Amino acid sequence: MSLVWLVPALPLLGFLVNGTIAVVRPRAKGLVSVVGVGVLLAAFGVALMVARALAAAHPDAPVVFRYWDWMPVGTLAVSYALQVDALSVVMMLVVTGVGSLIHLFSVGYMRADAGYARYFAYLNLFVFFMLTLVLGANFPVTFVGWEGVGLCSYLLIGFWFSDTVNADAGKKAFIMNRIGDFGFLIAMFLIWRYTGSLDYTTVFERAPDVLTLGGGAATAIALWLFLGCTGKSAQIPLYTWLPDAMAGPTPVSALIHAATMVTAGVFLVARTNVLFALAPVAQAVVAGVGALTALFAATIALKQWDIKRVLAYSTVSQLGYMFVGVGTGAMAAGIFHLTTHAFFKALLFLGAGSVIHAMHHAYHATHAHDDAQDMRNMGGLSRFLPWTATLMWIATLAIAGIPPLSGFFSKDEILGAAFARGAAQPIWYLFWALGLAAALLTAFYMARLMLYTFHGPNRTGAREQVHLHEAPWVMTGPLVLLGMLSVVGGVINLPELVGGTTWLHHWLEPVTAAGAALAPAAHVTHRTEWVLIGGAVTVAVVGIAAALRALDLTALVPARSAPAETGLGKVLNRKWYVDELYEALFVRPTVWLSRNVLWRVVDVKLVDGAGVNGPAAASRILGWLGGRLQTGELGFYATVFVLGVVAVLARALK
Amino acid sequence: MSPLQIAFWGFAILAVITAGMCITRRSPLSSALWLIVTLFCLAVLFTLLDAPFIGVLQVLVYAGAIMVLFLFVIMLLNLGRAGPGDMKGLLGAAIAALLGVALLVQLRGLGDAAPPAAIQLPPGTVQGLQRQQGVVGSVAGPLFDTYLVPFEITSVLLLAAVVGAVVLAKRKL
Amino acid sequence: MLLGPSLAVSAVLFAIGTAGVLLRRNAIVIFMCVELMLNAVNLTFVAFAQQLGTGGQIFVFFVMAVAAAEAAVGLAIVLAVYRHKETVDLQHINLLKG
Repeated sequence: MSLVWLVPALPLLGFLVNGTIAVVRPRAKGLVSVVGVGVLLAAFGVALMVARALAAAHPDAPVVFRYWDWMPVGTLAVSYALQVDALSVVMMLVVTGVGSLIHLFSVGYMRADAGYARYFAYLNLFVFFMLTLVLGANFPVTFVGWEGVGLCSYLLIGFWFSDTVNADAGKKAFIMNRIGDFGFLIAMFLIWRYTGSLDYTTVFERAPDVLTLGGGAATAIALWLFLGCTGKSAQIPLYTWLPDAMAGPTPVSALIHAATMVTAGVFLVARTNVLFALAPVAQAVVAGVGALTALFAATIALKQWDIKRVLAYSTVSQLGYMFVGVGTGAMAAGIFHLTTHAFFKALLFLGAGSVIHAMHHAYHATHAHDDAQDMRNMGGLSRFLPWTATLMWIATLAIAGIPPLSGFFSKDEILGAAFARGAAQPIWYLFWALGLAAALLTAFYMARLMLYTFHGPNRTGAREQVHLHEAPWVMTGPLVLLGMLSVVGGVINLPELVGGTTWLHHWLEPVTAAGAALAPAAHVTHRTEWVLIGGAVTVAVVGIAAALRALDLTALVPARSAPAETGLGKVLNRKWYVDELYEALFVRPTVWLSRNVLWRVVDVKLVDGAGVNGPAAASRILGWLGGRLQTGELGFYATVFVLGVVAVLARALK
Repeated sequence: MSPLQIAFWGFAILAVITAGMCITRRSPLSSALWLIVTLFCLAVLFTLLDAPFIGVLQVLVYAGAIMVLFLFVIMLLNLGRAGPGDMKGLLGAAIAALLGVALLVQLRGLGDAAPPAAIQLPPGTVQGLQRQQGVVGSVAGPLFDTYLVPFEITSVLLLAAVVGAVVLAKRKL
Repeated sequence: MLLGPSLAVSAVLFAIGTAGVLLRRNAIVIFMCVELMLNAVNLTFVAFAQQLGTGGQIFVFFVMAVAAAEAAVGLAIVLAVYRHKETVDLQHINLLKG
């Protein structure tokens, strides 16, 4: 277990090597591939060893490894420390495992790109920061990882920065993340103030004693932490960056904006479950925002034409589900859905990457300028990309919640937990209902995506069709692996209902027990559970069937000649005009303030005028005065002399 | 008031008046002559303050040599008559008066101090000394005794002054 | 007992001398006012000498010697300046300007 430091260190080494190569010899793609993928696989291997060691040792408390004293200041002693416990091990395995597959996929996807080495350097750096985030043993180390993944997200979204749209998307992501980070910081300050420490073990020990259950302090801390989560995990109100982040390369979208970085918020709530258990109001807020976001994003996904945008809004929606889970207090349910979502969402994104790769290739060969990501230009691609189509259908069924795929178990556990809590507080019934509605829409829009892309007549064009083909094995291989995981992933937390052992729930108990003791979870009868499951499955089937029935695949035309949207469709397509609202409410006033006050007044007048030119002018005036004193007239000198004498005498006689 | 005091005050007032006349005459020659009168009054004051030797020296050296030198130069440069614009204008006069009054006020503040009783000699000591050693002797004694070195250096100083004056005033070096 | 009045007279003479230095423009007259200031100081010394011993009178002796030397050299300078500038008006002698 003491080798845990290797897990983040290996990707960091990969970053340094690949970064050097990017600067010195950008064309050495072979070496970059070996190093970039190799360090991830090695990290995964070490992570497995650490997990095994932890399982064997079965400690009561997290095992903390302190490496050096970072900030010994007065009564605050923050050290750079990594923590091995049930939760961090799960996250570590997900990050390194899914990360390795995506790195492998990237070897094929980014083969022709000139910035190959830079890409792998940034990707490795991202994994390093993400591992620091999940392995951190105190809030500051986690925060370093938190900020670091935000930075890498910015670097990778704006990877093709020569196009302004991409650079703007990167900036948008980073700035919105920073707003959330502000919340995280405030929460840290409050935690320090009330508990006197920032180490997880100490804080969670002291929190029940110093914070009253349901009191103002606990609620404030939890809500500020949640603000950080809304930024990082793209919930209302800080979600608008995620769809724009699709401007980055598709494997980046898969890794960062599906499987790992956006799940950091869920991880944080799970990690600080003690604090949330002390604030029921905050829990309701978390679940409420999650449920609302789940439904809201699902409505927008209904009318998007860009394949990656549909998946982006789907991610926002599924993250909402995870927050419903951890908001209920069922941390294991949220982490379970996090894991299964990593499998099938990564699969969906990589599959979309396969499709886009093929479409690009086709358009490049015929020198067409159509959008390779617009579903209206696709259709009937299952003939040309059979493997991708099959695997993406598996992922679609998983995300819709069709048994016995993994998504069904995780989604169902969340909805069940929400319903159970409704017995004590009726508002949870509303959250459950929102979740169910979102499930219906999820099934519909995912089926829509599959139908428009892979079925029906092909709209790409006769000349392009000959160039459409399946991706090479280096890209399809990871897809197959992820497909298998999406199918069988449910076994890690099978409910007792079907004779399972809820293995993940028990595995996470050392971490979640403290919170669960403060706010015991409610349970429903087995009969109610069967009813709920029946309802969820029905909803999923109805959604898919409705898509099959209602969508007319022959009525679609290629994007360049497609008609404009109208009515409710237009509102959904324009994302309920939220971006425009933010632009008017926040962006324009800030820009106006910056330009007219901060620049024209503060910078030009105060800093330049008074601060820089002021002393220069003062010097010049003093010099002029001095010059005027040198008249050369002895009479004047004598007068000044006597004046000086009078002054000195006046002082001396006081 | 004793005759001593009457004499003192009379000559003191005369000195002040002639000094005022000195600085306000337009012609340098008149200023020089008024200054000589002031010096004479001061010599009398010295004598009244138990320093007759110094009073005589004042007349001999100051009024007799230094002022004569001044008169020589005035005559040499033909500055006897009142020159145009020799005095500063109204502003200059105002400043001069102001500063002069300020200085006077401050000096009066200083003047109220008396020397500490520890070093004060009983009244009449200096007179007694003069009766003993003679008027010249009471000054000459310490001069060649305690203050010998300054005395010698002063002679060097005078030598330097002579040489300097000769060099500076030469027409061709 | 004549100390107080002597100091008063001395102060007045000194102030008059200062006013004269500031008032006049003719170099020689300014010089004479300086001599007046020196004499005021001499009066102070002699007045104190009556109270504190003959040291004061000896100092006056030295002051007179120095005043003589200073007068000689100073007037030589005035002569030299007059030869160049044809004037002893201090307002026209401003080579130190700047």
